[in-house]
Amino acid sequence: MTDTFAPTTRFAVPGRIAVSNRAAAVWQTATLTEIRRETPHASTFRFAVPGWSGHLAGQHLMLRLRAEDGYVAQRHYSIASHPDDTGHVELTLDHVEGGEVSGWFHTVAAPGDTVEVRGPLSGFFAWPGDRPALLLGAGSGVVPLMSMLRQHRARRLSVPLRLVVSARGPEELIYAREYGAETTTVFTRTAPQGVPVGRMAAAHVAPLLAEQPPGGWEAYVCGSNGFAEHASRLLVEAGQPVDRIRIERFG
Amino acid sequence: MHVTRGFTGRPRVPDAGLPPGQYDAGDDWPVLSAEVTPDLAPTDWTFRVDGLVEEPRTWNWTQAHELPASAYEGDIHCVTSWSKFGVRFGGVSLDAFLDVVRPHASATHVVAYSHTGYTTNLPLSDVTGGRAWIAWEYDGRPLPAEHGGPARLLVPHLYFWKSAKWIAGLRLLDHDEPGFWEQNGYHARGNPWEEQRYSGD
Ligand SMILES: Cc1cc2nc3c(=O)[nH]c(=O)nc-3n(C[C@H](O)[C@H](O)[C@H](O)COP(=O)(O)OP(=O)(O)OC[C@H]3O[C@@H](n4cnc5c(N)ncnc54)[C@H](O)[C@@H]3O)c2cc1C
Repeated sequence: MTDTFAPTTRFAVPGRIAVSNRAAAVWQTATLTEIRRETPHASTFRFAVPGWSGHLAGQHLMLRLRAEDGYVAQRHYSIASHPDDTGHVELTLDHVEGGEVSGWFHTVAAPGDTVEVRGPLSGFFAWPGDRPALLLGAGSGVVPLMSMLRQHRARRLSVPLRLVVSARGPEELIYAREYGAETTTVFTRTAPQGVPVGRMAAAHVAPLLAEQPPGGWEAYVCGSNGFAEHASRLLVEAGQPVDRIRIERFG
Repeated sequence: MHVTRGFTGRPRVPDAGLPPGQYDAGDDWPVLSAEVTPDLAPTDWTFRVDGLVEEPRTWNWTQAHELPASAYEGDIHCVTSWSKFGVRFGGVSLDAFLDVVRPHASATHVVAYSHTGYTTNLPLSDVTGGRAWIAWEYDGRPLPAEHGGPARLLVPHLYFWKSAKWIAGLRLLDHDEPGFWEQNGYHARGNPWEEQRYSGD
């Protein structure tokens, strides 16, 4: 095409990959194989999805539950497992008070149950493992970031990756046992003795931008809208270019 | 069809206003932009319409407000499954801008773009005939920045990712050209009543 349109403004968030439209269009049966408690309010649900076409770290899927009368509830969930876990996906769900879908998962679901999923969806938050990744997450917003961290480990990638994860307290920290030297934890309400309590701040972010890898960071921010606004502002103030900040808001 | 064991769901409230697969978000208005919310003052805001038109033109905040005021009262639908009923937006009908620039007969589609660089594509027929607005007020107050203020596109009969926040302009084309989400696997048109969420739907 001769006149492909490009806005004169900076493109804020170029997509990282082309997505498969075919995979995104097909609903597949996912069989629950395992439930692991992460915190008092969050559990990981492991599914076998034999026809799963694979995903990139950071992508999400759409999940639906169907009642006997045909009523359907569908929601988006980030994929927690890394891309090499062939034929399986893991999701980590917060138990939302009165939540229709998360409520079913936390009170009814048992191994052997089946639900329907379609995806993977959306390429823009995906991390192909190519560029240095600076990850900021809060609460269940750490889920797609954990997929990136797991991929980084499973493939022994040498490209730098740093994670700053915020939780209300140590017992609310999802995947607490899995973090290593790449991770900084921030506790907003309660913390072990000697560990400060407070919001994610410039002091957590600025040092990471001071030790920029060659080519700079790709920043990924995920969590509630309030956290996303706050964390993305910290990044901008610390000098991260806006067109290298991707935000996933669990709206 | 696949029934989920033990799933009953919320009590059914028959609601003719709710497109398939959507739920009523009530007073919530989730924010789902993929980029950093820009710090854009009304005095820095501009809106341009160009491409296949007689007379390309850029409006600033004051000039745009000189066009006849127009309001939308009704529903909005987001692809992530929430809908919001009885919302009130104030601004100017897109027709008022298009009347000034006079589209060529060959124009069939538009790309709407934001001050952040976000883009989305729409058939021209979806943004004419009183179905689209440039909106700067929500519920009688200035539109909050995280919801697209100072001004956003409003195309309420399509999924809300088509209603580009921080709207900077429209380019009229004689072909369809996928925007940001459309290149990321979302549907080219996004009609909630036909549940056109992802391409292939
Ligand atoms: C891209 C994306 C990725 C996501 N990834 C994750 C993830 O990895 N993990 C995760 O836990 N969540 C994730 N979410 C959020 C998830 O999609 C759901 O919003 C969340 O699980 C709540 O769904 P629910 O059905 O349990 O709650 P809902 O039933 O939707 O309820 C949410 C809130 O709204 C109220 N509510 C909504 N509708 C009604 C109604 N009709 N009547 C009364 N009250 C109502 C509820 O009481 C509750 O407070 C993601 C969201 C997005 C957009």
